[in-house]
Amino acid sequence: MTLNNIIQSVIFLATLLLLVKPLGIYMARIYEGKPAGLNVWFAPVERWIYRLSAIRPEISMSWKTYAFAMMLFNVLGIIVVYALQRLQAHLLLNPMLMPAVPADLAFNTAVSFATNTNWQSYGGETTLSYLTQMLGLTVQNFVSAATGMAILVALIRGFVQKQIDTIGNFWVDLVRSTLYILLPLAIILSLVLVSQGVVQTFEPSAKVSLLQPTKGADGNEITEQVITLGPAASQVAIKQLGTNGGGFFNVNSAHPLENPTPLSNFLEVLSILIISAALCYTFGFMVRDTRQGWAILAAMVIIFVPCLYCCIYFEQKGNPLLADAGVNQKATAFQPGGNMEGKESRFGIVDSAIWATATTAASNGSVNSMHDSFMPLSGMIPMWLMQLGEVIFGGVGSGLYGMIAFVIIAVFISGLMIGRTPEYLGKKIESYEMKMAAIVILIPPIVVLAGTAVSVILPQAKAAILNPGPHGFSEVLYAFSSAGNNNGSAFAGLSTNNLYYNIALGLAMFFARYLLAIPMLAVAGSLSKKKIVPPGQGTLPTHTPLFILFLVMIVLIVGALTFFPALALGPIVEHLTMTGGLR
Amino acid sequence: MSKSHKSKSLFDLSIIGPAIIDSFKKLDPRHQIKNPVMFVVLIGSIMTTGLWLQAILSQHGEAPAMFILAISIWLWFTLIFANFSESMAEGRGKAQAASLRRARRDTPAKKLSKPKFGSPYQAVSATILRKGDIVLVEAGDFIPMDGEVVDGVASVDESAITGESAPVIRESGGDRSAVTGGTRVLSDWLVVRISSNPGETFLDHMIAMVEGAKRQKTPNEIALSILLAVFTLIFLLVTVTLLPFSIYSVNSTGFGSPVTITVLVALLVCLIPTTIGGLLPAIGIAGMDRMIQANVIATSGRAVEAAGDVDVLLLDKTGTITLGNRQATAFIPAGGMSVEALADAAQIASLSDETPEGRSIVVLAKEKYGIRERNIHDLQAKFIPFTAQTRMSGVDLGDGRQIRKGAVDAIEEYVAKLDGSFPDDLKSAIDSISRSGGTPLVVAEHKKVLGVVHLKDIVKGGIKERFAQLRSMGIKTVMITGDNPLTAAAIAAEAGMDNFLAQATPETKLKLIREMQAGGRLVAMTGDGTNDAPALAQADVAVAMNTGTQAAKEAGNMVDLDSNPTKLIEIVEIGKQLLMTRGSLTTFSIANDVSKYFAIIPAAFAGTYPALKALNIMHLATPDSAILSAVIFNAIIIVFLIPLALRGVAYKPMPASRLLRDNLLIYGLGGIIAPFIGIKLIDMILVAMHLV
Repeated sequence: MTLNNIIQSVIFLATLLLLVKPLGIYMARIYEGKPAGLNVWFAPVERWIYRLSAIRPEISMSWKTYAFAMMLFNVLGIIVVYALQRLQAHLLLNPMLMPAVPADLAFNTAVSFATNTNWQSYGGETTLSYLTQMLGLTVQNFVSAATGMAILVALIRGFVQKQIDTIGNFWVDLVRSTLYILLPLAIILSLVLVSQGVVQTFEPSAKVSLLQPTKGADGNEITEQVITLGPAASQVAIKQLGTNGGGFFNVNSAHPLENPTPLSNFLEVLSILIISAALCYTFGFMVRDTRQGWAILAAMVIIFVPCLYCCIYFEQKGNPLLADAGVNQKATAFQPGGNMEGKESRFGIVDSAIWATATTAASNGSVNSMHDSFMPLSGMIPMWLMQLGEVIFGGVGSGLYGMIAFVIIAVFISGLMIGRTPEYLGKKIESYEMKMAAIVILIPPIVVLAGTAVSVILPQAKAAILNPGPHGFSEVLYAFSSAGNNNGSAFAGLSTNNLYYNIALGLAMFFARYLLAIPMLAVAGSLSKKKIVPPGQGTLPTHTPLFILFLVMIVLIVGALTFFPALALGPIVEHLTMTGGLR
Repeated sequence: MSKSHKSKSLFDLSIIGPAIIDSFKKLDPRHQIKNPVMFVVLIGSIMTTGLWLQAILSQHGEAPAMFILAISIWLWFTLIFANFSESMAEGRGKAQAASLRRARRDTPAKKLSKPKFGSPYQAVSATILRKGDIVLVEAGDFIPMDGEVVDGVASVDESAITGESAPVIRESGGDRSAVTGGTRVLSDWLVVRISSNPGETFLDHMIAMVEGAKRQKTPNEIALSILLAVFTLIFLLVTVTLLPFSIYSVNSTGFGSPVTITVLVALLVCLIPTTIGGLLPAIGIAGMDRMIQANVIATSGRAVEAAGDVDVLLLDKTGTITLGNRQATAFIPAGGMSVEALADAAQIASLSDETPEGRSIVVLAKEKYGIRERNIHDLQAKFIPFTAQTRMSGVDLGDGRQIRKGAVDAIEEYVAKLDGSFPDDLKSAIDSISRSGGTPLVVAEHKKVLGVVHLKDIVKGGIKERFAQLRSMGIKTVMITGDNPLTAAAIAAEAGMDNFLAQATPETKLKLIREMQAGGRLVAMTGDGTNDAPALAQADVAVAMNTGTQAAKEAGNMVDLDSNPTKLIEIVEIGKQLLMTRGSLTTFSIANDVSKYFAIIPAAFAGTYPALKALNIMHLATPDSAILSAVIFNAIIIVFLIPLALRGVAYKPMPASRLLRDNLLIYGLGGIIAPFIGIKLIDMILVAMHLV
């Protein structure tokens, strides 16, 4: 590891942690309906939205009504995005005359964006019209993120309220998340990104003459290159902030017009984690015990940091086989060293590794380098971070509510170990909460392992694997880990734009999102009805280093025990084979 | 935890024998299905047995027949060991039930036509008696059924139920009117109204509880079962998907052969939480058993579990916190009187007073002022006993002296009648005694007030430390007393209690409990009287004294056969132990899995990917020995942990964080490390014995 690695990563982490508290307080005040600037100035807009959509903001919903509203809104979103793709040839803002998207791909994309996964089986610039991108995908980028945040806020209310049957109003939570949190942040970020050179235009692609003509595969001379353009900056900002990750361009943030400078890179990677991290503070603030929020954030950081350095370490170390062949992989003033395959030279090792870790710790999935080209163990880190259930920061809202499911398990086991019916924040954790938390823990592994198992056996699915052996296996495992945890990151090396993968991954994303969201709302409803037990000497404090460590152990052990065999047959054996030179 | 007279050694041969037989009987799938984790093991055992038969019959099994057989045998052992732990726990209960059953005999009963002693009776069998029937029980008769004494007083031998050989008094009215079927009247007679139908008596209930026949899963047990089911499902998924993963790997490398079903079953059984799954029923039964050994009968496992969660204890002052009677601690003379004269008069007045207060005055005068006890006959004294009307007692001596002692206002009235006056300076002394929680007892000789004796409630030795322990466990103590708030506050402070309820009535008790529950507290209390019944019914953990009334026993969810109010503390500890044992073994069970992966994964896949041998960090001899060692460890760890499951994890009162830290170190870290050592040892033994 070089000094540069350490300085860059420390600056990144420090900036992130510094922003947690101010943003966390701001979001808490928004959700509690207390004055916080924007919600005063734009209150008329908010009221106008409610009147226009016949929403009665004062009505608090039962968890079932809340869940129904959430599902209704999301399914409608899927239908709209699907329809836009199928009909785009006949609609406005299609200067490149894109044809209708095939049904299976349109389904996959619609589910992908509504579930905040943003898995992309398509190349944006070669498949979608500007209208589809803006009205379909960009809108979903906002509201899918807002959906996750709304569910989290409902869950937090479950902890705060006592003996109340309702958990808040979904529409209000959705509107406030979008209007006061996501939109302002996205506007600021897009403007900064535009200043760095990210494109924002309705112009069709530009053609430029090559400085040095080259020969194509057919032997003809090529003198021109098409530079695809579009309204990218507005989408890039929210794809980062809302842990969406679906790039405007196919290569995502590795594209110079999506992520041109080191500053744009820094801001984009920071945006991946900022809301998810700050929501921990919001949680602590709203339950009137900020230590609880810091505790959860600490657990996330404790898992994140070693993963980050592990990733940087193995990338910086480079490929031992290349070293044997006499290639110089040392970091010097003239080269970043390490494994530079699949990386942009303007980012180098450390920025690529930070991005890879952050984008998979959070359920973002955008990339600025190709994870398929990482060394086996550094490629395993992003995969494993997803397999942990997207709870290390995770998706906005969904990361924290997923983590709270783990907290419930941790509190339950530790409660038994001290001889008390477990309680968290004064709420007794009983069999109903356990059942729901169990579903939340169980669904992603089922989707990931079952999906992978079928895909490595089914002939048409196997045909899509581009690399043989463990690496090919890793590619399939990565794809399902990504879809089954609503990340959307792609390892690449797997041709997924076909009927099988579009449907299989589409279903994986759908189940992984809603079969987790609904049980957590049920937990919110159940907790809301309970009394609050005042803490005493016999209450297990859940903000101590001991409990944080225990929570970390539970997350790691569940993640490790579930995926160790699969990882052993993928990246681990690939690494051992490479270093041991056995085969 | 203090052991009562009923405790048994952990491995009693008379229990082990039947338990072994029972553990085979329990292989019945209908029994196993109740426990999902162990049911999975049963399926695995049947599958591997089938694979072994296929291997020996067809000559080309998926693996060497001996290997499959070895795995299969150890899987069956895993089941049998788990069953054995349950049978052991049940056996201990059964032994107790058998002794109780001896008390339940078909006793003849004398059924009265009218609820009156002397009315004609008809001899019937106890089995035909119904609720509301009236029976006569005379000396030497067994009480046929549970009931309420409506007439008579008798001494009753209740040793069959309580184990206490001293007879107890049962009489109509008041708090000692409940009688239990199966106990025997030793003297006199009782007329009893039967209060329960056959099969519903206290004894029946006890037997059912002890045998575990009516055992229902408690809320925490259900929640834990869900967690264990989730782990089982996850690991089922992990192992099932390993087959396609393996097939893919073999196809893509062209080396080795796909992992066998036998190895997958072995891996599955090693990974699913069999340790806690197998021991779970035993832990529950043993918890109940420990309760019984503490001479407490709980009406449900739920109550035992709730005991561990209690955060407020309501304790009666008298008998629990204090010795139950006041003692003299000082003589304070009135102005112009000598303390010796006061002590002398007080002693004489108390010579015939056999109450504990009276005895304590005699003793104090002797110890402090050297005044020797005098013979009451020498003094030709006439004892004036205490009556509710006069509210004082005393003596009239042969020499004409009249000494009286009593409450302040009683003596004041007494001297006023004799034209005496009550000295003003004594008033301040009396006030300060009252303020400190004591009782002033004024002594007067004729119309002259000599002074005041300070009577004090004596807090039981060691009780303060006990409450401090409870506080460190996070349990608050509240004293319930009929005393005035001043006295109550002083005693509560002396005993180190957190709070008190003075001038308590059934209504105020009930109100206090409701308020605490509304604040999210779990409340435990003890009671014996009928007037305690509403509060007992409201409390989360309600321990009725066995000497108490039927109403109290029915309202409570536990009965303490020793009728010892401090038993609550022990009950809380047993409840906590029960949860802790489950939690610790769950952690241990899951932590074990780490080592099993390191044993089995390299063994199962090294044929396809030799590089995976690097994961064999224990350097186990061969793939077969590695897998077999993991399976054997998984089975015998259950046997090793049976004593822990039956005895329970040791509980020491300490703050929650420290308790968690200690248990995590032992069962979490220990759970990760122990199997590495265990599996390696078993592997070495297998190699040494040339079994692999």
